[in-house]
Amino acid sequence: MGDLLLEVDNLRTYFSTEEGIVRAVDGVSFKLDVGERRGVVGESGSGKSVAAMSIMRLIEPPAGKIVTGRIVFNGTDLLSLSEDQMQDVRGGTIAMIFQDPMTALNPVYTIGDQLVETIMLHQDVKKIEAREIAIQALVDVQIPHAEERLGDYPHHFSGGMRQRVMIAMGLSCNPQLLIADEPTTALDVTTQAQIMHLMLRLAADRGTAVLLITHDLGVVAGFCETVQVMYAGTIVERGKSEDIFHDPKHPYTWGLLGSMTRLDEAHQHRLNSVRGAPPSLINLPAGCRFRPRCDFAVEKCVQVLPALRDVGDAGHEAACHRADELDLINLVSEEVAG
Amino acid sequence: MTDLVDRPPGDEGPIDEAEGISAEPVSQWDLFRNRLKRHRLAMLSAGFLAIVISVSFLSPLVTCPKGEPFCDGKLLQHPDQKLPDETGRLLVNIAPRGSLPLGTDELGRDVLSRTIHGGRASLEVGLVTGLLVASLGTVVGSLAGYYPGPVDQALMRFTDLVLGLPLLPVAIVVGRFLPELDFLPNFLRSGPWGIAMLLGLLLWGSLARIVRAEFLSLREKEFVEAARAAGAGDRRIIFRHILPNAMSPIIVQTTLIVGTAIIIEAALSFLGFGVRPPTPTWGAMAAEGAGVAVRGFWWQLVAAGSALVLTVLSVNFIGDGLRDALDPTQTIERK
Repeated sequence: MGDLLLEVDNLRTYFSTEEGIVRAVDGVSFKLDVGERRGVVGESGSGKSVAAMSIMRLIEPPAGKIVTGRIVFNGTDLLSLSEDQMQDVRGGTIAMIFQDPMTALNPVYTIGDQLVETIMLHQDVKKIEAREIAIQALVDVQIPHAEERLGDYPHHFSGGMRQRVMIAMGLSCNPQLLIADEPTTALDVTTQAQIMHLMLRLAADRGTAVLLITHDLGVVAGFCETVQVMYAGTIVERGKSEDIFHDPKHPYTWGLLGSMTRLDEAHQHRLNSVRGAPPSLINLPAGCRFRPRCDFAVEKCVQVLPALRDVGDAGHEAACHRADELDLINLVSEEVAG
Repeated sequence: MTDLVDRPPGDEGPIDEAEGISAEPVSQWDLFRNRLKRHRLAMLSAGFLAIVISVSFLSPLVTCPKGEPFCDGKLLQHPDQKLPDETGRLLVNIAPRGSLPLGTDELGRDVLSRTIHGGRASLEVGLVTGLLVASLGTVVGSLAGYYPGPVDQALMRFTDLVLGLPLLPVAIVVGRFLPELDFLPNFLRSGPWGIAMLLGLLLWGSLARIVRAEFLSLREKEFVEAARAAGAGDRRIIFRHILPNAMSPIIVQTTLIVGTAIIIEAALSFLGFGVRPPTPTWGAMAAEGAGVAVRGFWWQLVAAGSALVLTVLSVNFIGDGLRDALDPTQTIERK
């Protein structure tokens, strides 16, 4: 393992609404190394995006608030920085790529203007130099005729091209961490793989760590070294990608994998869905949060909220009381056989 | 299209280049200009208004100095100049004729010269009020829309208060005492600028509400969040990312305010609380003209009245055209 880049410790981000307090992120801790590519998966509303926004300190008061926690990036606690200092971090050392490239670019400026603006915000360069950097950034994301396209407006670009521009913008200041919040969800399937591959290759070339938030387990399996699975505001399992995919220890991860089409398996089996719906983040069930949807729940699960603990291989952790006794992966085979 | 062939293929398979092609980039500004050009009434109005503005503001250059009627090479009379005939008697209430195309008024002054000079006061009031409303309304609306909570509440309740003031009564009372307010600089106490300031302070409310609404919706847009994630501060987000996207309604509303201000100034001057005589304004001329029109001397009322109506109409048509060009979704179908 390399040097530590980011350490999130017991992060809790709550939103106050009319109905009560929404515990969107409820005690999340994780570490990310320099250059590591980490996939964050989970259903909608599991707190993936809110955790990412919290790292960028983009949670808007008064509704949302980081209640407790530390976010240590390169040795500094981001939560202790002033807003001005934070502005240097955003886009400078931590960049973010958003879900929908159709709306993430300002329609009234050319993409050249927007790239140059971002570059000049974080680098001490003249406009001419910023333009050169911008052109190079567009060349890097394989936009043809980069120099001419600088003068084009966002509506001249297709969705895939715009996401390339967003990636160029995100990487233009050589950040140490790139947070990509479902960067390909809004794109059609044929462009998804290209964009994802491009983004992760560029990040790897530069040694940029990536926090990839996605629903797409296939993407994670292909591109990420480590995975963390989130459920109802907590991390329920994390580890190396191969461990998670070949030996899931948490019934939720197992459920997610079972709901995925696999082309690498000889037997085609019925796709399962994880029954039920995610719990309300206002009234969380007592004990294990996954318990109401879990096929393996026992008495203990009703009473005690399981903590993340080591299971099996090094670095593989799961938050399940029965992680050691359940043999989930063989259960899948039994089902297929039966 | 032919340059597609020359493009180097990406090393990760073909990029969907077809979607990347475009002819010359068409900016929002180009689109806007093309749409505005197609709006014939607005273009006609713009032409008319351009003539009115240039004639009014250039009129001092072609005016005889006071005391010298009919001097050589000058087209217009001084607005206060009373015109005598050969025998020295004043030419009072002369109907339009060759040398006096719009006749003379009760005091023997040339109505054409006064109408043209009067346009300057009206336009000054309209334009200065427009500028004032645009700046006040934009600042108040932006702050209220961008900073929710107490700032928004305080600014919007104050806006409600201003919108609640009855326009004419307040304008009449303040207009009446304006010349006596010693703390104001001279140019604000009498003349069009004082009235413009007064109207500006009374009319910004509606624009502030519109700007606030725009900001409320724009600040939630993803590109604003993306800008923030790229390290932009509040000021940059407000001025560079939100305001330019909110320009359309600001421009349209300001144009309409210009028309309104011209009308209100005319009403105030008509009632005697606007720009003080002898400075000619269309409203004051209409008032004087109405007095003599009952005796059959209709030309002054008609001259001032139609100048006023045509100018305000063309301002409003321009506003219409701008709205259609800037916001095509609101365009009303014209047959």
